[in-house]
Amino acid sequence: MGYPEDVRYTAEHEWARLEGGVVTIGITSYATEQLGDVVFVELPEVGRMLEAMKPFGVVEAVKTVSDLYAPLGGRVIEVNSALADNPALVNQEPFGEGWMIRLRPAKAADLQKLMTGPEYEKMIEEHQG
Amino acid sequence: MTLWCPFDNFPAFDHPGAFVQPIATPRHTPFYEFHRAAGGRLIDFAGFEMPVRYTGDVREHRCVRGAAGLFDISHMGEFEVSGPGACETLDRLVTNDVSALEVGQALYSPACRPDGGIVDDLLVYRLPDRYMVVVNASNIAKDFAWIREASLPGVRLKDRSDETALLAIQGPRAADVMRGHVPPAALDLGYYRFMIGPMFGAEGVISRTGYTGEDGFELYFHPRDAERVWTGILSAGRPHGLEPVGLGARDTLRLEMAYMLYGNDISDTTNPLEAGLGWTVKLKKASDFTGKQALLDQRAKGLARKLVGFSLEGRRVPRHDMAIECAGREVGKVTSGTFAPSLERPIGLGYVEAGCAAVGSAIEIRAGEARLAARVVARPFYTQGSHR
Repeated sequence: MGYPEDVRYTAEHEWARLEGGVVTIGITSYATEQLGDVVFVELPEVGRMLEAMKPFGVVEAVKTVSDLYAPLGGRVIEVNSALADNPALVNQEPFGEGWMIRLRPAKAADLQKLMTGPEYEKMIEEHQG
Repeated sequence: MTLWCPFDNFPAFDHPGAFVQPIATPRHTPFYEFHRAAGGRLIDFAGFEMPVRYTGDVREHRCVRGAAGLFDISHMGEFEVSGPGACETLDRLVTNDVSALEVGQALYSPACRPDGGIVDDLLVYRLPDRYMVVVNASNIAKDFAWIREASLPGVRLKDRSDETALLAIQGPRAADVMRGHVPPAALDLGYYRFMIGPMFGAEGVISRTGYTGEDGFELYFHPRDAERVWTGILSAGRPHGLEPVGLGARDTLRLEMAYMLYGNDISDTTNPLEAGLGWTVKLKKASDFTGKQALLDQRAKGLARKLVGFSLEGRRVPRHDMAIECAGREVGKVTSGTFAPSLERPIGLGYVEAGCAAVGSAIEIRAGEARLAARVVARPFYTQGSHR
């Protein structure tokens, strides 16, 4: 099906997009298909320092719940407040309006350690056997 | 991403992609190809590959509350019990009163172990010459052995599960969907009444039962008619807003009604009295029944724990097996939890010590490090349903 190539991916199904020194983070369309309808996203406060691959929030769907993992370390500079009233944005536009947090990365180069679109797609295909 | 899942019968979801892991030897209902064609997302449920959703849990849930939904529940088991002593055999096995059933009437009942633990919760249909017992898919083998063991001489017991297709049509528009495709008398049947008759060109049991709190039908028929009935319902239902609905919404619908899910809310280690199913326990019925003494003892002694419904103030959702606390002390476990689409808030069921079970009691649900504020509320959670 193809995943956006302007972002990098984690094995936990988060994506990260670097623009102008700021990294935007969300979860992938594959993740939202697994979760079903998202009804609540618990996000950190602005200013909090995140550690790479540590949980930073929770996404609650009707039938499922999942921790959110930080693709890389850094300070949270913005959270998507639109999700409070409309968590369905995560299902509708996981790579767009359904983003979750923006952070100032401690080491932007760490982004290169994450998977590319084709690599992520390959991982999904392997999981599906 | 660590996925949690609502049903005991699901495999453990501790790795990404677990939802799509092939089942070793999946069983299929007669509607499997239709689920695939309709874009259903298939999961393992009690060994069957079943649709958990087609479009989305919330959309499907609202479709049933506002119009009508079509559910494939053919994974459930059907036994035929006949011969002299059939009634007595069943009455000795279940807590509710089978002898009081009229022909054309169905009954919901737990069946208990000698210690009062629940073997299963099931439906008993009284047909003119026999009984049909409908059991949970995960319990088919256990229940069949349980009934065979207890059968009186002359009783014939047959497992008809593989020869029975079962669809549910549920929602305020269900009768409109069925009109013209079942005998008019079927539309006038009361709750928990049924008849045998034609349906969408097939023949079978037309039952006014369900698991959603809405008016509706459950249709039992031969799998050879699967295609004509499925497509007949979909095309008759389309003008009324009917859509196929998966097990995900089936669970949120039943939970809003606080209906029991075997394996979650009731099990071998819970009894009907503490589950709030006392209305199905007929201690004064003519027949003695398995578990009666244990339930009498329980009643005399008083219940140590009770199943309660609770509603949460925040947006985090309670999940099966989370601890319930009262005044900082663990007093029980969540058995079912979900976001309730009709109420737009999280709800749950769980057993708590009897002292914390009163409606209005403040409790907390432990979700990892977080403690979610909740309050015991009256059941059912949803009271606007169309069922009669």
